[in-house]
Amino acid sequence: MRTTLNSVALPAPAPLLSRKGWAAFLAALIIVCAVAPVLNLWVPAGSAFHLSDYGVGLVGRIMCYAICALAMDLIWGFTGILSLGHGLFFALGGYAMGMYLMRQIGLDGNYKSKLPDFMVFLDWKELPWHWTFSDSFFATLFLIVAVPGIVAFVFGYFAFRSRIKGVYFSIITQAMTFAAMLLFFRNETGFGGNNGFTDFKRILDIPIATQGMRMTLFVLTGLTLLGFFLLARWLITTKFGRVLQAVRDAETRIMFSGYNPLGYKLTIWTISAMMCGVAGALYVPQVGIINPSEMSPANSIEIAIWAAVGGRATLIGPILGAFIVSGAKSWLTVAYPEFWLYFLGALFIGVTLFLPQGVMGLVRRILARKKGESA
Amino acid sequence: MTPELMEEGARRIEQHQATLAAKGANTASGGRSAGFLRPAIPGGVDTTHGRILYMEDVSVSFDGFKAINKLSLDIAPGELRCIIGPNGAGKTTMMDIITGKTRPDEGQVFFGSTIDLLRYKEAEIAQMGIGRKFQKPTVFEQLSVFENLELALSTNKAVTASMVFKLDSVQSDHLAEVLHVINLSDSVSRLAGNLSHGQKQWLEIGMLLMQDPKLLLLDEPVAGMTDEETERTAEMFLTLKGKHALMVVEHDMSFINTISDIVTVLCDGSVLAQGTLAQVQSDERVIEVYLGR
Repeated sequence: MRTTLNSVALPAPAPLLSRKGWAAFLAALIIVCAVAPVLNLWVPAGSAFHLSDYGVGLVGRIMCYAICALAMDLIWGFTGILSLGHGLFFALGGYAMGMYLMRQIGLDGNYKSKLPDFMVFLDWKELPWHWTFSDSFFATLFLIVAVPGIVAFVFGYFAFRSRIKGVYFSIITQAMTFAAMLLFFRNETGFGGNNGFTDFKRILDIPIATQGMRMTLFVLTGLTLLGFFLLARWLITTKFGRVLQAVRDAETRIMFSGYNPLGYKLTIWTISAMMCGVAGALYVPQVGIINPSEMSPANSIEIAIWAAVGGRATLIGPILGAFIVSGAKSWLTVAYPEFWLYFLGALFIGVTLFLPQGVMGLVRRILARKKGESA
Repeated sequence: MTPELMEEGARRIEQHQATLAAKGANTASGGRSAGFLRPAIPGGVDTTHGRILYMEDVSVSFDGFKAINKLSLDIAPGELRCIIGPNGAGKTTMMDIITGKTRPDEGQVFFGSTIDLLRYKEAEIAQMGIGRKFQKPTVFEQLSVFENLELALSTNKAVTASMVFKLDSVQSDHLAEVLHVINLSDSVSRLAGNLSHGQKQWLEIGMLLMQDPKLLLLDEPVAGMTDEETERTAEMFLTLKGKHALMVVEHDMSFINTISDIVTVLCDGSVLAQGTLAQVQSDERVIEVYLGR
């Protein structure tokens, strides 16, 4: 009897990444850290292999988007909670970074004042209280994760404790980001009103608008994306990740099994918000501006679109989705500006009708078919 | 305190000790008035009196309709008890009362000799070791059979504990044993969503077993199963009997015939008859309620 019991082969715990996965990860790491800098900085501009500064900026920006898509996948794909307010967390991280960059301008602003230009314009005499720590880079690094984290934690605690679910949760997250946008539009809140922050000069006292700094930010963003990918992958391969999927599939059943979904939802929700905050902080120095339009509901919806196009609950899918949709957007808005919205609409319909599992679903189906043929 | 009072006190203590010493010769506990070596374990189920579940004079009414009327029922540890009865006899309501979903208007419900179930909430009752399977199977469709059982395992279920959780060898043995009992050893890695209806029912029973329940309440476990699956379920229940107490509500008489020792017939919210299946089937009153004569 005992031997038959032991002969049951229990599956081994899933590795963090498969061998192929690690190979692909390493390749991505080399591209980000070595290939891209060499092609941009050392290959002469006339060469066919030269990576233009525009290209570096574009890919750097899209990698920030990809971090958001990854964060969205954790909360939507794996936990089944659709957030339409992740743009807020992105913007909060961006604003925290923006405040630091504004202080770095120092006396080089238009008004030659220690205060940021918009405050001089509003005739303010000293910095508001919430700018207290904006001078310190380390405090800024802390605020980048802490502010979105705390906002998400408080909001999530009340929403999840009241068992707000599904479309109702999506709507209130949408309302949350819209309300925040209106708040940041106001001049007296001290965030530069509808102009936001711009005209950055330096970061860590190093000029910001140089090719080298642009490349540094690009590499940092790439490393962050890859690091977050590993973190997300680790989270979902643990039992924690399986509980999240169980919450998505049958929340009452998981409660009967003795789990309290509140803690699980709140943890992943806060982690997801912090990831978006970091993405925002990396985004702002690369594009050189942050204003309340980053909190507009459309931006948050776009994050969900990236995840849906790439394929939910796949981690790699949403990253691909961010590249596909944002890449197409930046190409189409330049080449055929009037067709972008039509394209977006067609993409929606196409994905919903033909690719309910997103691009990754399609890839998996093709792989499965190939395997079937070879067997 | 005056010296007289102190003297009086000392005299009384002496007297008390003398009476205790006189009794001491003929009490097993050596003169102690309480059984200090038989402590009640808080939260533990005390089945020393041979009963794991004990219901007495339980009544509940919904809008004037008496769903349960002076119901008294008890179950021994390791017993397999079948409950039958016509529709509306109060079978599901009785399970609702035991699991804390419904509060009775009057009566007593005890788990073991010491735990008053009416004081606890659903989740607490589930953690004490009363597992309940509803009619419709609910499993985590996107997870494998193995992962479903692993989630159900009784262990620390806090967030941080889940992040570092690793299955140890005792737990994997337990898991393998449950897999064997529920006939799913060959489907360890299959997605639960791809199982047949009957297999999902087994998986859910397996998930209950992972929590080491002392009492299992099963509401129509073989409804919708094929004949072969029903047969295997019967075998499964017979292996579970003895290790866990089972209360099975079922309509399928041939299934009950295979598994039952004692059958309880409920009617109009109270016990109508109790005994072996043959005994209750020949009982005049049972025939009357079933055939409506």
